[in-house]
Amino acid sequence: MQIFAFYLFASIVLASGAFCIFARNPVHSVLWLILAFFNAAGLMLLVGAEFIAALLVIVYVGAVAVLFLFVVMMLDIDFAELRAGFMKNLPLGLLLALVLVVEIIFGVGAWQSSGMGEATAAVGPPAGAPSNIEQLGALLYTRYVFLFEAAGMILLVAMVGAIVLTLRTRGGVRKQNIADQIARRPEDATRNTQPEVGKGVEL
Amino acid sequence: MIGIEHYLVVSSILFVMGMLGIFLNRKNIIIILMAIELILLAVNLNFVAFSAFLGDMTGQIFAMFILTVAAGEAAIGLAILVIYFRQRGTIAVDDVNRMKG
Repeated sequence: MQIFAFYLFASIVLASGAFCIFARNPVHSVLWLILAFFNAAGLMLLVGAEFIAALLVIVYVGAVAVLFLFVVMMLDIDFAELRAGFMKNLPLGLLLALVLVVEIIFGVGAWQSSGMGEATAAVGPPAGAPSNIEQLGALLYTRYVFLFEAAGMILLVAMVGAIVLTLRTRGGVRKQNIADQIARRPEDATRNTQPEVGKGVEL
Repeated sequence: MIGIEHYLVVSSILFVMGMLGIFLNRKNIIIILMAIELILLAVNLNFVAFSAFLGDMTGQIFAMFILTVAAGEAAIGLAILVIYFRQRGTIAVDDVNRMKG
C-alpha cells in the first residue's frame, strides 16, 4: 500500500512538474504547480512529516500559488511572444537536464553503495514517541528560537518591501479628504449679502 | 519497501526539471519564478526525506525555513514584476538590463 501510494504521488509530482514547465498558458502552469505541491505534500505525509505537509498545502497552495494566479491574471501580457526561443533551446536543454539527472542519480547510487547511507531502515517514529508536530515545536521554540525570530523578520521585511515596491500615488484622482471636510466652517463657504431691489447678486 | 534513494531520485528529477524550466522559458519571468518554486520544493523534499530516514527533526525545521524564504521571495519577485510591467508594458526578461536606479 505504501509503495503504491509512493509511486502514485511521485509520478504525479513529476508529471505535473513537467506540465508546469511546458504549458503554453501560464494559468495552466500555475494550476499544474498547485497539483505538484499537493502531491509533494502527500509524499511528505508518507514519511511521517505531517506538519510540513500541512504547511506546504497552506503556504504554497493557499498563498503563493494564489499570488501567482493573481499576477498572471492581472497583467495583460502577450505570452505567445514570450515563448519565442522555446523550441530553439529545447534540444540542448533536454540534453543538459538528462546528463545532470543521470549524474545526480549515479551520485546517489554511489553514496548508497559506499555504505554511508545506512540509516535507511527507520521509517516513522518509534512507538510511544510524541507526535511529529510536538517534536517540531519542542525543537523550534528552544534550540532554533533565534532562527525562528529571524524567519519572522524576513517575512516582515518581505511584506514591507512588497508594499513599498507596489505602492503608487496616482495623480488626477479626487479622493475624499476627511480632515478638510471637518475643518470647513460656514464662514468659508457662505456669504450674507443684502442686495438692493432690482439688482442682481454678485457672486 | 521505500528507501531514501527513492526520495532522492524523485527530488533530483524535480530539481533538474526546475532548472530545465528556467533554461527553456528564458523570457517569461513568471514561469521562471514558478520553476524556482519547483526547485525549492525538490530541496524541501530532500530535507524531509533525510530528516525522516535519519530520525532527526532538524531537517524538517530547515524545510520550514526554506518555505518561509520561498514565500518571501515569491512575494518580492512578483512585486518587482508588477512594477516592471507597469513601467514597460511587457515582462520580457531580455531588456531588464535597461532597468536602472
